[in-house]
Amino acid sequence: MIDLKNLTIEKAHRGFKNGEYTCRELTEAYLGIIRDKNKELNAYLEVFDDVLTQAAEADKRFKAGKAELLTGIPIAIKDNILFQGHTASAGSKILENYTASYDAFVIKKLKEAGAIILGRTNMDEFAMGSSTQTSAYGVSRNPYDLSRVPGGSSGGSAIAVAANLSLVSLGTETCGSVREPAAFCGLVGLKPTYGAVSRNGIIAMGNSLDQVSPFGKNVRDTEIIFNFLSKYDSEDSTSVPGERRRLNFLENEGLTSGSPKTIGVPWHLFEKGMDPEVIDNFKQSVEKFKKAGYEIKEIELPFSKYSLEAYYIIMPAEVSTNLARFDGIRYGYSQQGSSEAKNLKDVYMKSRGKGFGQEARRRILLGTYVLSHGYYDAYYNKAIKVREKIKAEIIEAFKKVDLIATPTAPMPAFKLGEKLDDPVAMYLCDIFSAPANLSGVPSIALPSGKTKNDLPLSIQFMAPHFCENALFAVGKRFEAIRESE
Amino acid sequence: MDIKDVENLAELARLELTAEEKKSLLKDFDSILAYVDSIKNAKLGDVEPEYNMQNVWREDKLEPREFSKELLTGQFPDSQEGFLKVKKIL
Repeated sequence: MIDLKNLTIEKAHRGFKNGEYTCRELTEAYLGIIRDKNKELNAYLEVFDDVLTQAAEADKRFKAGKAELLTGIPIAIKDNILFQGHTASAGSKILENYTASYDAFVIKKLKEAGAIILGRTNMDEFAMGSSTQTSAYGVSRNPYDLSRVPGGSSGGSAIAVAANLSLVSLGTETCGSVREPAAFCGLVGLKPTYGAVSRNGIIAMGNSLDQVSPFGKNVRDTEIIFNFLSKYDSEDSTSVPGERRRLNFLENEGLTSGSPKTIGVPWHLFEKGMDPEVIDNFKQSVEKFKKAGYEIKEIELPFSKYSLEAYYIIMPAEVSTNLARFDGIRYGYSQQGSSEAKNLKDVYMKSRGKGFGQEARRRILLGTYVLSHGYYDAYYNKAIKVREKIKAEIIEAFKKVDLIATPTAPMPAFKLGEKLDDPVAMYLCDIFSAPANLSGVPSIALPSGKTKNDLPLSIQFMAPHFCENALFAVGKRFEAIRESE
Repeated sequence: MDIKDVENLAELARLELTAEEKKSLLKDFDSILAYVDSIKNAKLGDVEPEYNMQNVWREDKLEPREFSKELLTGQFPDSQEGFLKVKKIL
């Protein structure tokens, strides 16, 4: 029996190299657990039928001495990442029968390395949600308490790692969609700097915010996946070229070469609306950092309190534009054959009306509204100006502190069914996520303990653009602090 | 916002909605707009968005792509002799 619970990428690699087990054996171990548990958890929508072929290829590479660190490493992918020849439905009925016609940049890289892409995981429809309850393919369940949500929108990818249905996984973030489920499922989740990982081949929600983001059981696994995927891609116009990354790096040289020392805490942002156990745990974590020699400074981020409002204007605007391409004409769910559809417009109206779920419809219409004549200045224009202010104040804050800490989410995992009828209550789950997505800085969610009901809690750090290294450093330090307790 | 506004937006966004769905969306909009409205209180002063502009367009050169034509045309909901078929416009 392979100890999957304590397995890491580097341990698995050593296991393959030393002949303790083959890639096929490890893959089969995960497939066994998927068979036992997936029905109940609904982490995977599909386990790919070519998994064992992939594993055989990986074993060949080990035999030929051509293996690299990710060869044979099982990874789960969110259902909005294109893998040529495989279904990618983004959790939506409108793409239920869509087969990806090319590989996303991240899939190309994983294939080159010989990683085992196990399957596609459940998600909120088009990544719109914070609990994986808006998927057209049913809800997923939190492995810590089956009556609770795993968080979202990348809930399936979080469960896959938390319940040992995969070693690592990829999700995507537009606003907290990896950090919040990482918090709810006791994982490490990294939202990279905007422009670090190519979005080519990712079904877009909000282009100015989206970023492919890894989950791991520990900081090191997350770091390995990030370093592997963080490459310039000429196919994504928002991918940042190497020389500009280096400039950012040099500006923060002290931080990127050494380790972070000062942590800023914007206490004013979480005065109210917090679960008492979350805030107590956050205060305890801050104390631990203080004891470990970090300097804790109170900081003010006056515009960041408008982050979620700005987000819920900018994101729907981008959604209404992005989702215009799903029209029942070229692929996906279509009412083209319906006798009720008399002309082209009927096909659009009916395919989209029946193909999109409730939350997608809400955001499409909301986006259409904030972009429409007469409301554009009051909403969209105001929101992008607020976004500039948030970005500026966060960059300014990093002149005084190395990192910014907040709780990851204002509450632990909530019950299935909760918040579904109250969109604003659902949106508030991501209140602490929004500043990083709006400003483009990287952010990491780290497990920080449990509630009295044994639900995971989490602390989040932000660092300057392209200073992911500082997040990994503080994360590993925190793991060591917690292990020594 | 009233039900007419919802209908107008749905028409613009090409979404067919039932009467029930329209009502429920109107209710959602009231609460969401009430929430995002507080952004109007943000006192901005002069904001000049600082754009870090650079050319991201590729040269207009022919390059091979890994798209599979069969995968694209095979997914057409309706086709004739390999062409995508759509309904009449009017």
